[in-house]
Amino acid sequence: MTPTVVLPVIIGGLYAAGVYLLLDRSLTRVLLGFLLLGNATNLLLLSTVGGAGAAPILGLADPAEMTDPLPQALILTAIVITFGVAAFLLALIYRSWRLVRQEVVGVDEEDRRVAGRVGTDADELDPDDIPSDDIDLPHASWEDR
Amino acid sequence: MTLLLLLHVVAALVAPVLVRWWGRNAFLALALVPAAAFGWLLARLGTVTDGGEVHETTSWIPALDLDVALRLDPLALLFALVVTGVGALVLLYCARYFEAGDEGAGRFAGQLTAFAGSMLGLVLADDLLLLYVFWELTTVFSYLLIGGAGTRLAARRAAGQALVLTTAGGLAMLVGLLMIGEASGTRVLSEVVAHPGSGPLLVAGTVLVLVGAITKSAMIPFHFWLPAAMEAPTPVSAYLHAAAMVKAGIYLIARLAPGFADVPGWRPIVLGLGLATMFVGGYRSLRQNDLKLLLAFGTVSQLGFLMVLLGAGSRELGAAGLAMTLAHALFKSTLFLTVGVIDHATGVRDLRRLSGLGRRLPALAVIGALAAASMAGLPPLLGFVGKEAAFSALWDGGLSDRTAAVVVLTGIVLGSALTAAYTARFLWGAFARKPGLPQTAPAELVHPPGALFLAAPAVLALAGLLAGPGSPLLEPLVAGYAEQLPLRTAEAAALGLWHGLQPALALSAGTLLAGGALFALRSRLFRLQQRWAVGASADEGYWNTLQALDRFAVLVTGTTQRGSLPAYLGTILVVVLALPGSVLLFRAPWPGEWRAWDTPVQALVGAVVLVAAALALKIRQRLSAVLVVGVTGYGLAVLFALQGAPDLALTQFLVETLTLVVFVLVLRKLPKDISERHRPRERAVRGAIAVGVGLLMGCVGAVALSARTATPVSADYPDEAYGFGGGKNIVNVILVDLRAWDTLGEISLLVVAATGVASLVFLRRRTGVVDRLDPVQLARDDRSSRRAPRGQWLAASAALAPERRSVVLEVVTRILFHSIVVFSVYLLFSGHNEPGGGFAGGLVAGLALVLRYLAGGRYELGEAAPVDPGLLLGIGLLFSGGTGVVGLMLGAEVLQTAILETTLPVLGNVKLVTSLFFDIGVYLIVVGLVLDVLRSLGAELDRQVDEDDPIDATPDEVIVR
Repeated sequence: MTPTVVLPVIIGGLYAAGVYLLLDRSLTRVLLGFLLLGNATNLLLLSTVGGAGAAPILGLADPAEMTDPLPQALILTAIVITFGVAAFLLALIYRSWRLVRQEVVGVDEEDRRVAGRVGTDADELDPDDIPSDDIDLPHASWEDR
Repeated sequence: MTLLLLLHVVAALVAPVLVRWWGRNAFLALALVPAAAFGWLLARLGTVTDGGEVHETTSWIPALDLDVALRLDPLALLFALVVTGVGALVLLYCARYFEAGDEGAGRFAGQLTAFAGSMLGLVLADDLLLLYVFWELTTVFSYLLIGGAGTRLAARRAAGQALVLTTAGGLAMLVGLLMIGEASGTRVLSEVVAHPGSGPLLVAGTVLVLVGAITKSAMIPFHFWLPAAMEAPTPVSAYLHAAAMVKAGIYLIARLAPGFADVPGWRPIVLGLGLATMFVGGYRSLRQNDLKLLLAFGTVSQLGFLMVLLGAGSRELGAAGLAMTLAHALFKSTLFLTVGVIDHATGVRDLRRLSGLGRRLPALAVIGALAAASMAGLPPLLGFVGKEAAFSALWDGGLSDRTAAVVVLTGIVLGSALTAAYTARFLWGAFARKPGLPQTAPAELVHPPGALFLAAPAVLALAGLLAGPGSPLLEPLVAGYAEQLPLRTAEAAALGLWHGLQPALALSAGTLLAGGALFALRSRLFRLQQRWAVGASADEGYWNTLQALDRFAVLVTGTTQRGSLPAYLGTILVVVLALPGSVLLFRAPWPGEWRAWDTPVQALVGAVVLVAAALALKIRQRLSAVLVVGVTGYGLAVLFALQGAPDLALTQFLVETLTLVVFVLVLRKLPKDISERHRPRERAVRGAIAVGVGLLMGCVGAVALSARTATPVSADYPDEAYGFGGGKNIVNVILVDLRAWDTLGEISLLVVAATGVASLVFLRRRTGVVDRLDPVQLARDDRSSRRAPRGQWLAASAALAPERRSVVLEVVTRILFHSIVVFSVYLLFSGHNEPGGGFAGGLVAGLALVLRYLAGGRYELGEAAPVDPGLLLGIGLLFSGGTGVVGLMLGAEVLQTAILETTLPVLGNVKLVTSLFFDIGVYLIVVGLVLDVLRSLGAELDRQVDEDDPIDATPDEVIVR
């Protein structure tokens, strides 16, 4: 099939804008980027059909002239799901704002803490350093613990 | 045999209950299970010694060709007797070892019984993979038993160490077993041993299996987990870490030796490590002051000895090894149980603090002395018989290589001398009166042992005593195994106490004398050992390795996990650009010809979309940014329409509008502007990545399209849509029939999203209807405030403050609302044949609700839709899923459409397609989703403002809404 020039350009442009926004730290801009990416992907799916054609409704056109209905069905549910996910992200943004008065993807403090750590956990203990009451088990049973 | 294993499983499961009912006496009942197995095995003794075998095969996983194949031959019988016999006695012992009311005894009982079953399965298994399964089961139960309640650090560390080492070996063994199975072409153990095959695969597999065996049986350099495992209660040490589990490696060596002893690498590994282990274990045992540790190192030493004998692969040494295995199981478990009695009675295990115990517990002293004599190799006990057989076999040339025989003989004589020495030290330490200590230390016995408590060690010690003179009776069993091995000397000597005056007797006497001398010089030796003690030990090496691993993990985590989401995303995208991108650049078939556009309008709309997208990058004002992104959405709707996709255009248009509304609902709570948080360099990098991805995706679309040659799967959809789906709108038929499974998944996702939104906003209580208007309250408010006259256009708009009301909007809403709802229902029903359907219909109905909410406020939403959105979502999902089930019950496939056509008096020809009900479910879910979002992000946020919700504010915080 022959591709058009226009559709790939639109798709590429939407992807570029979406990715740029997605890499932002502001959650609102991340969500906007997500929406743009969603639009870009839907268009990409649609472009796989090839050229434009008649609506895939029997009785209105000859089946040979119709566009491929399958990508359309995929896109249709994708559109509605994008709405659901966008609403969820908005709720997240609202929650984040309400809790910490911020709507940014901050640096993960826990990750930074791990990165800055030099030592390890409990295994740093030398076996000889374990307190003796922990090793010596009087009567080797449970009752004295 | 399968039945015996099942019996163990059942007993293990009911053990905690029994312990709760009967206390510690439940162990007596549990001991009956291995005892029954022991009896069953004894009954098969005749069959097996006559050269017969008992087989049982139950199909387990036919697809993997995996059976529960069990086989009872002389070797399996001997080990199974040890496992069940010692197991029964140890359980009997437990009945008095524990005190009434000991916590954790129930769990312990279950685990110990389960272990006994796994160990029995291990020695009976005749399938390589089944063997592995039981092998790992014993590892797991050993871990649980060592760790105990998990309250003590030392026990946890010991348990973890044993688990890490033995599973590491077990995994190596699994790979080895698979390789061996591949090399020999079968996974049946007996056939593998008979015809092992050859080649490098076999050699590598054998070495890996040996790794499993030497970790399990605590050979150097993995010996240190066994002494550490002495953290476990004494019955566990006696059973798992002396008689049973550590013998698993020995068993495997003995099992494989007939077929594998001549595989390159076998003898150097087995003999070398065995000898080294025997020596190191004995040497370290002499240094221990804890009686249990002394025995543990003694066990390590003896395991090395057994490894040498059974791994040598000659008939004479094999027979000696089996006798020695039996002897070791008897005397070592006795000795551990003896220590358990001492510990229980005095609360002390340190031999420097025990004195004069032999006189106070004479029966125990006799039991201990009998077992110790067997360990040292004194006649007439079984230990003497085994050792004697080993010495004479090696002296007479039981190894084909003479040099090796001399080295091995020297090694085990030396090891036996050490054994005699630490045996003497054990007896002296446990029972003797010592200078420098009071006559009896400790002064009082906490728990003097009763008869039942002493029964188990007494029986085991007696067995060792009787088996010595009775060793010729063992001959048929031992020979039944050893006959598989090649004979090296002219004639195999039978087991027996007296073989006349021969070199082996002299060697035995020599080891005893040397052991006695080492014991006599014990204090000097002790000082010497302390002087020679090396700073490093294998145990420290293990912990250092683990620490190094931990540090490495921290290093890797620290370097790769920088805590920045944009950085992660950027990395992923760069990889996408680098890998698929370079493939696209160098390998992709580029399109030969291009068209400019489908229609010129496409280019025009495209330009608008791109400008809007570019603006979205620049604009920092929140609402404007949302609006321009909305423009791209509407542009997309136009593009859809131009492409010939009216359903998409309709849906996209509706969703875009809804998205804008929801955005506005939330953005009113956020600051007006988005602050810039990125440095110019970061922005440049982001820009580069974004442009790269944009280029990539644009090209991918074009290349993929031009490369497409196959007929689309949807070529037949037009025919199928009407034929099977009964609809003319093919897209809708795809959604509700042809690919209804997909749709079902997708609407489930919508339900999840709606639930998530509501949960994030409501936090505590997510169900319930939207607040409705309370007329009484309103009337009261009305009197006290100056409100505009109550309008009659909408039910609840009177609750709004006058400045927030708009009469025009109220009138329009009043006129349009019902029409819109009717239209949405029309879309739902006509969607099967014309543009529309459940999604579009639901969205239109949702927009009608939006209109009511915007015009009349949160109470108006409650009046418009007095239902719980969760109910709508649930009913919708039930409808859609229910159609599938109904179809199934009517004999069709899941979600298959049935067409009912009939002629009714008034309506004329009526055609009902069952997938309509599926679409109704979709409709309800979409309405529920919109309502839930409105209720959460709209009405609830309003309520929080109206009622000044206390959870929002901390005392000093000033909130500007």
